[in-house]
Amino acid sequence: MSLTDDERRELEELLPHYPDRRAAADSALRALQRRRRWLSDDSLADLGEFLGMSVAELDSLATFANMLFRQPVGRHVVLLCDSFACWSLGYDGLRAEVESQLGVGLGGTTRDGRFTLLPIVCLGACDRGPAMMVDADLHGPVAAGDVGAILGEYA
Amino acid sequence: MSGAHASNPGPDSPDTSGWDRPMSRAMRADGAPAMLEDYVAAGGYEGLRRALRDYKPEDVTKTVIDSGLRGRGGAGYSTGRKWSTMPLGPDAPHPKYVVCNGDEMEPGSFKDRHLLSRNPHLLIEGMLVAAYAVQADAGYIFLRAQYDEPYANVERALAEAAAAGYLGEHILGSDFSFELFLHESVGRYICGEASAMLNALESQRPNPRARPPHMTGAGLYARPTVVNNVETFCAVPSIVRNGVDWWKSLSSSPEGGTKIYGIAGRVQRPGCVELPMGTSIRELIEVHAGGMQPGFELRAVSPGGASTAFVAAGDMDVAMDFTAMEAVKSRMGTGTIVVLDDQTCPIGMTLNMQQFFAQESCGWCTPCREGLQWTAHLLREIEEGRGRLEDLDVLAEHVWFMGADKTFCDLAPGAMQPLEAALRLFRDDFVAHIESGRCPYASETAAPTPARGGDAG
Repeated sequence: MSLTDDERRELEELLPHYPDRRAAADSALRALQRRRRWLSDDSLADLGEFLGMSVAELDSLATFANMLFRQPVGRHVVLLCDSFACWSLGYDGLRAEVESQLGVGLGGTTRDGRFTLLPIVCLGACDRGPAMMVDADLHGPVAAGDVGAILGEYA
Repeated sequence: MSGAHASNPGPDSPDTSGWDRPMSRAMRADGAPAMLEDYVAAGGYEGLRRALRDYKPEDVTKTVIDSGLRGRGGAGYSTGRKWSTMPLGPDAPHPKYVVCNGDEMEPGSFKDRHLLSRNPHLLIEGMLVAAYAVQADAGYIFLRAQYDEPYANVERALAEAAAAGYLGEHILGSDFSFELFLHESVGRYICGEASAMLNALESQRPNPRARPPHMTGAGLYARPTVVNNVETFCAVPSIVRNGVDWWKSLSSSPEGGTKIYGIAGRVQRPGCVELPMGTSIRELIEVHAGGMQPGFELRAVSPGGASTAFVAAGDMDVAMDFTAMEAVKSRMGTGTIVVLDDQTCPIGMTLNMQQFFAQESCGWCTPCREGLQWTAHLLREIEEGRGRLEDLDVLAEHVWFMGADKTFCDLAPGAMQPLEAALRLFRDDFVAHIESGRCPYASETAAPTPARGGDAG
């Protein structure tokens, strides 16, 4: 695999934000993940070539970050806020409901490849707890009865 | 439910309508972000205009020092004094940088989201004024992951500001030029530690850096760099525009100005509100958040993020500012309160916090990497009914062992603050868990407690 023209164009546009190619690595990893959903070994190799970095260097960044995925994820990523604020507002019940509806636990991907469920540190939405995100959308406060309708928005 | 601008009605009170709230002035009543037209109509970019027209760079810094403004990220260092350590003049190294710490990831912190979502131009203007004061060439806004809506608003505001001549070459016809970039984090709480954040911006592994050198001497790419919190930058434009005396008069405490406070938990109207610095915790909860929800009593509060010590219900009259909070053995932190109600287990809440810090330790120094795993483990043992009284002594030892100056950065010492307070304020709850062999707050139908094991979880 190698970078498509579109991918290469998007990455080139990031470079002027940083003084050298290497410094653009985090943003480049994120940009490529947005297009390919997750970062395979091949994706790291493609980026390594573009940035002049080794796969090991990129993997060191990717495995430290919690929002860079080195395993396949579903079409939609559900993030359940596990902060103490959301915990005190009903996280346990919300988690049980989401897990039951998806049929997977934290870290799991539904068999149809539609959803991956992940824990997330505080979403900074304590005034809307218990909170969750699906892709880029923040939902909260989420009652157990709301879960079906929310998940239904994401095909 | 969801929606781009959906939010709670939020805290408010009719008797505050006459107060000056400079950081909220441009915010729209409908909750949509204030874009350039709203912002300029509310006096936006006047602080920048005044700085460029009437002030020498060092005089901006002096004004900010005289205002008493202290860093709103939680540490409370004098903003102007930090700026004053940047090299100025013809011999200063370039490029110099101004970086905004928008990595709002500490559990229980939600004020920067409010400012970024509702008033993105205010941050841009604040960074411009700061950049003029320290004669910086470029800046970065470092935003945490998951702030998709704030990110989109800031991105739009940057485009508007550039098109209107507030960014780029010869800003507003002056000799001052400044470029500003938006950077989205790839995650991890440690990136909020300012020196770790600079590593993250360079796409280095985000361990904190040793100090000295200080960042104003050698920061981003080893160049002089000022790092401030979102709210700190947001406070700056009105100080320059209206002056030190005006800023000081806004406050009900000697510290001056206003503060974005937040209230969350089992209160009637959770949300963020700008109020005079030094507003009491009682007023924040009872007046602005409408008091507790029916059926819930206030037990304690986490006053400003998971790294601040719990404050007991008996101390609610304390003023929320940097100095007064010391009297109740806590800190203002980010100033976003999460209430602990009487039906939520304080041990469970403390456990949740310790698990977070243990998970987010970068692993660089031993006390933090090993110690936090152990405090989380012991708290889980106690919470799940397998605790022993001597565990409390071990926890107290760890509070000392991971205290200030014993670790590489402030992550573990911050983690010890709620734990220290929990051991002091909730001793009866700890003992009740240990003696009864179960969490007294758990429902009667909860599964029986498994035997004490050697492994966490």
